Amino acid sequence: MPLLKVTIDTIEVEVEAGTTIMNAARQIGGSVVPPAMCYYSKLEGSGGKCRTCLVKVSRSSSKDIRPLPKLVAACRTAVQDGMVVQNTTSPEVMESRQAITEFLLLNHPLDCPVCDQAGECHLQDLSYEHGLEDTNTVEERRTFEPVDIGDYIKLHMNRCILCYRCVMVADQLTDKRVHGVLGRGDHSEIGTHISKAIDNDFSGNMIDVCPVGALTDKTFRFKSRVWFTKPLDAHRECPTCSGKTAIWMKGSEILRVTGRKDKYGELEEYICNDCRFHHKDASDWIIEGPRAIERHSVISQNHYEKLKTPGTTEPEF
Amino acid sequence: MATQILLNNIDVPGLANFEVYRQLGGYSSVVKTLKNLTPDQVTGEVTKSGLRGRGGAGFPAGMKWGFIDKKSEKPRYFVCNFDESEPGTFKDRYIGQRNPHQLIEGMILGAYALGAGSAYIYVRGELFYVLRIIEKAIEEAYKQGFLGQNILGSGYSLDLYCQPGAGAYICGEETALLESLEGKRGNPRIKPPFPALVGLYGCPTVVNNVETIAALPWILNNGGEAYAAIGVENSKGTKLISACGHIKKPGVYEIELGLPVEEFIYSDEYCGGIRNGHKLKAVVAGGSSVPILPASLILKTAAGEPRLMSYESLSEGGFQSGTMLGSGGFIVMDETTCIVKNLLTFARFYHHESCGQCSPCREGTSWMEKILHRIENGQGTMKDIDLLVSVSKHIEGNTICPLGDAAAWPVASAIRHFREEFEEHVKLQKCPF
Ligand SMILES: Cc1cc2nc3c(=O)[nH]c(=O)nc-3n(C[C@H](O)[C@H](O)[C@H](O)COP(=O)(O)O)c2cc1C
Ligand code: SF4
Ligand code: SF4
Ligand code: FES
Repeated sequence: MPLLKVTIDTIEVEVEAGTTIMNAARQIGGSVVPPAMCYYSKLEGSGGKCRTCLVKVSRSSSKDIRPLPKLVAACRTAVQDGMVVQNTTSPEVMESRQAITEFLLLNHPLDCPVCDQAGECHLQDLSYEHGLEDTNTVEERRTFEPVDIGDYIKLHMNRCILCYRCVMVADQLTDKRVHGVLGRGDHSEIGTHISKAIDNDFSGNMIDVCPVGALTDKTFRFKSRVWFTKPLDAHRECPTCSGKTAIWMKGSEILRVTGRKDKYGELEEYICNDCRFHHKDASDWIIEGPRAIERHSVISQNHYEKLKTPGTTEPEF
Repeated sequence: MATQILLNNIDVPGLANFEVYRQLGGYSSVVKTLKNLTPDQVTGEVTKSGLRGRGGAGFPAGMKWGFIDKKSEKPRYFVCNFDESEPGTFKDRYIGQRNPHQLIEGMILGAYALGAGSAYIYVRGELFYVLRIIEKAIEEAYKQGFLGQNILGSGYSLDLYCQPGAGAYICGEETALLESLEGKRGNPRIKPPFPALVGLYGCPTVVNNVETIAALPWILNNGGEAYAAIGVENSKGTKLISACGHIKKPGVYEIELGLPVEEFIYSDEYCGGIRNGHKLKAVVAGGSSVPILPASLILKTAAGEPRLMSYESLSEGGFQSGTMLGSGGFIVMDETTCIVKNLLTFARFYHHESCGQCSPCREGTSWMEKILHRIENGQGTMKDIDLLVSVSKHIEGNTICPLGDAAAWPVASAIRHFREEFEEHVKLQKCPF
């Protein structure tokens, strides 16, 4: 198969047929990559929902040089040979992205100071980069009480942006459809079928795919701000999963275990609940070394691997 | 009297019974077609007729059928969209309730043309009584050999099923309908792929509106050219218009496309004019989703031409001064109507019916309702009016399915044509009506 040529924000790249604009942009990297709040390359059928990745196609292909009439979702639109795409170079795209950021924040509680996700939240990043400085909303926000999804996961529906990622993870893990979306419109909510939490050794991965603080780890709740913890690559002998994880330490204590995420916040692989929730002792793990975290959030701009706190016995990397 | 293709026998007592319908010539198109025409010839006749989809978008039916993937090894499906829930639109239920056999006859023709072995009629959940009538008619058709194995000895077999929805407007969007038919949550799918390639259960599928399908028997009986001889430009044949609001004679009318709007509103054959000597203020011409037009622009285009009931004429002037034929839900308002209050009602509907999948529609529809609620109840500001315009603009074109646009257009058009009325609400800090 010959490669297709596509130009994104004046940078040219050659990709295989069937590649989406999003993945072509990721091959280039940097600022041409549109933000993705719902797309998750490892989840089949994900994407298309949040609309933060809308881009302008100013030339459809080498055969059809007309622009597309509407902005398209980069994560769900396949490139054509000779396609020209504008992301940050299109004022129309930037305007709609700002509007969509505003939509996503309309019902958001802005409770970052008490949210475990703060510092690694994609909505924080998005608002920092594309949000308005001021707010137009005087409206009351919709509210829900936090609920438990099983023994290990807390759902704060107020923070959910309905990206459907957790639903897709649940769908992949079991075919019982116990975890899904109830209701419609802005009154829809993530729910479990009559409080039946998804019963699966890998259910904890729903926490990792959640772009915001809607699904959090109950074993880590309120223990520490993430920027005060040090992420390390570690592994253990595990009969259920590969045992390759990231452990988040404060001093000599493991506060949290997660999967290893790439620079787009996507898991390299799923880890099991046993590794995630039940192995918080440093002796459980073989430490490989510090985990490089590529983050641009305003909160985590101080790269913690450079942080030295005098008077502690923390290991240095 | 205009040609009546859909409503000619509608008042015959007992029309919903097979014998009565058959005696009036019903099912003759099936007899003729299965004997004499190949499936491609049926599609050819429909293409020639110029019939356009009556569900709202007006896509040429023959062309849509032509897209179906006939190379695929998978089974093909033909689906009737009977989810009719658009505010102001109540034409399909009239056919389903009074003349179910005409719909079934059309289903057989469409399914035959597409080579579908199974077909479905997806009926709006609230129309349960209509579902019962159709189910009974389907049963009769099976008994008479028009459905089932080897229909009339032709070798063609078809099973027809009727499925109730559960009361969601969004399930009228064709891909949400297919999801719902599969037993899933009715979320619209992301297109492409279109149903003609990947539809019901991943198989090639065509979805058509009730009225589109009900026109097929006449087209096959009389030929595509005869149908195309009715109407104007690319608006061929007849269209059902469900007229409501401040008119003397609300109801479902069958018009020949190209009828002047003025004649439709004022002649005694149709709406009979505005009630008790009131004056026409505005019209929503094609169901709640299309832009509202003030009296001056609905009777005449901006260029001063008489406005006609046709796809082309109603959209003349684009969104600046035109609207759309849509589904044919014709809502007439006289000078006692508060445009803001009416718009609030529409906005509440779209907020309630948004599936919530994509953020501009999920959040934007609710926001627009809240802002309109403020303005209507005397708490709005001038800035709110501009905010409304900006919210609607940021929903339009940015969503997965057209419900977002359908929610945005009424807002944008009401402010475009009736801005003073919004400002008056703000100045008076109450509704002036
Ligand atoms: C939100 C929404 C609701 C719709 N509701 C209906 C409906 O109730 N009935 C219908 O026939 N088409 C409805 N449509 C249009 C369908 O998606 C589709 O275009 C139509 O059924 C195709 O049939 P046609 O080509 O015969 O018009 C709706 C579309 C949208 C976006
Ligand atoms: S809970 Fe998180 S992962 Fe699930 S839909 Fe909401 S934001 Fe997405
Ligand atoms: S536009 Fe509205 S109804 Fe359509 S998919 Fe998006 S949220 Fe659902
Ligand atoms: S990432 Fe593309 S729509 Fe959400």
